[in-house]
Amino acid sequence: MSKTDIRKIVQEELGNIAPEVDLATIDPAADLREAIDIDSIDFLNLLTALHRRIGIEVPEIDYPKLVTLSGMVAYLEARLKSAKTA
Amino acid sequence: MAEFRMPSLGADMEAGRLVEWLVKPGDWVKRGDIIAVVETQKGAIEIEVYQTGQIARFLVDLHSEVPVGTPLALISTEAEANAPAAVAPPSAPAMSPPPGAKQPVGVAMPPPAPLAVPRPPQAAPGLATHIMASPAARRLAEQHGIDLSAIVGSGPCSAITYADVERQLGPASPPTEKRRALWLDPAAMRAAIAAAMARSKREIPHYYLEHQIDVTPCERWLAERNATLPPDSRLLIGALALKAVALAICRHPAFNGFYRDNRFDASQAVHIGVAIAIRGGGLAAPALHDTDRLSLDVLMSGMRDLVQRTRAGRIRSSEMSDPTITVSSLGERGVDALYGIIYPPQVALVGFGKVVTRPWVVDGAIGPRSVVTMTLAGDHRVTDGHAGALFLAEIGKLLQEPETL
Repeated sequence: MSKTDIRKIVQEELGNIAPEVDLATIDPAADLREAIDIDSIDFLNLLTALHRRIGIEVPEIDYPKLVTLSGMVAYLEARLKSAKTA
Repeated sequence: MAEFRMPSLGADMEAGRLVEWLVKPGDWVKRGDIIAVVETQKGAIEIEVYQTGQIARFLVDLHSEVPVGTPLALISTEAEANAPAAVAPPSAPAMSPPPGAKQPVGVAMPPPAPLAVPRPPQAAPGLATHIMASPAARRLAEQHGIDLSAIVGSGPCSAITYADVERQLGPASPPTEKRRALWLDPAAMRAAIAAAMARSKREIPHYYLEHQIDVTPCERWLAERNATLPPDSRLLIGALALKAVALAICRHPAFNGFYRDNRFDASQAVHIGVAIAIRGGGLAAPALHDTDRLSLDVLMSGMRDLVQRTRAGRIRSSEMSDPTITVSSLGERGVDALYGIIYPPQVALVGFGKVVTRPWVVDGAIGPRSVVTMTLAGDHRVTDGHAGALFLAEIGKLLQEPETL
């Protein structure tokens, strides 16, 4: 799965959670909680969807690495890579 | 024959617009099925049916706005539907409701009596002509050049309905299901909030209490529990808060119920209204039914489902109509405390501020702890500060032992 694929999936799932948000306008470096007003339940729903689609289970301790769109994509890419080599 | 009626979805609702049927005549339905969508100020609400049976016919056309209590459809009971000569009972114009009679507002919709005689329709504009037909039926007939006098109406007082004209047109293509608007109308929602809150401030003598508690035990317990679980099984502290309030209500029933007609009726059931912020502005507080009887896992998945559906504009009728108390949590990006306004006819609102790290004395030593400020907005017509203090303290005590919730 390429970085582009991962970004596309993340954006789709963000779109499911916040359908009223124009995802194209999100700054990849902005805190998603501020940028699109998602709360802890939205976040948990997002992680559940990503787990289902990408197969990566994000532990609570890693949550701080996923606060921005670019951070989230980079994290998932790294986890996928290490899962493949393991 | 039972009636399926326009439900009351809150104290401030007088009428609703039927925008979608999710069933068609002849379909079997059971109690709890979602069969229609009604548009209210609070957005599109999915309406559940309260009896099991077969949809006999529709009484109201799509997109018509009708008062609360208006019959929308007739449902044959199982016995009626299976009887070979099942015929709809004739409408009985003499059985009109007393003038001015209104459905009680803000209550769970009572299941209609199984053998209720259909009520005559509320006079709808456009019906008062020689041939009784609904506006939608007239339009459809016009479009297809159909003579209305050739049609026998199945609607109230033999009025011709949209479905009657459709039948006349012959085997029609199945109605195309339009995709519902995904989000709510912010202006209408603002108006609904304004009406409910203005009424609350006019009628309810609020008193406020606040109480700070150490939630470190909750955080530790959650971190340990969630560490080994996939995201969809994890709990949030908000679920613990809801359960603690629900359990505390069992000992403090005077905060759970409705104030109506100058008296308080305690509710046996605990249906906590969960205040949910709508992105971009707005608020809804649909009920999580029987909160006190749900295990934490079931409560959590119920809460997630409720939040997701509310934000997508898909609340169910029973969730809108019957919360018995409201809980509002500001979440991690909020402030220390919130002082809520009670949602009438309820009599209490419990608020939770965000979790903050504060110096705290434990066993005689100061250390950093996770602290939450809880608040209670109480209705002074029903309870006093002393009772409120005991209620809040009980919630705090329950949160010290999260494993017992």
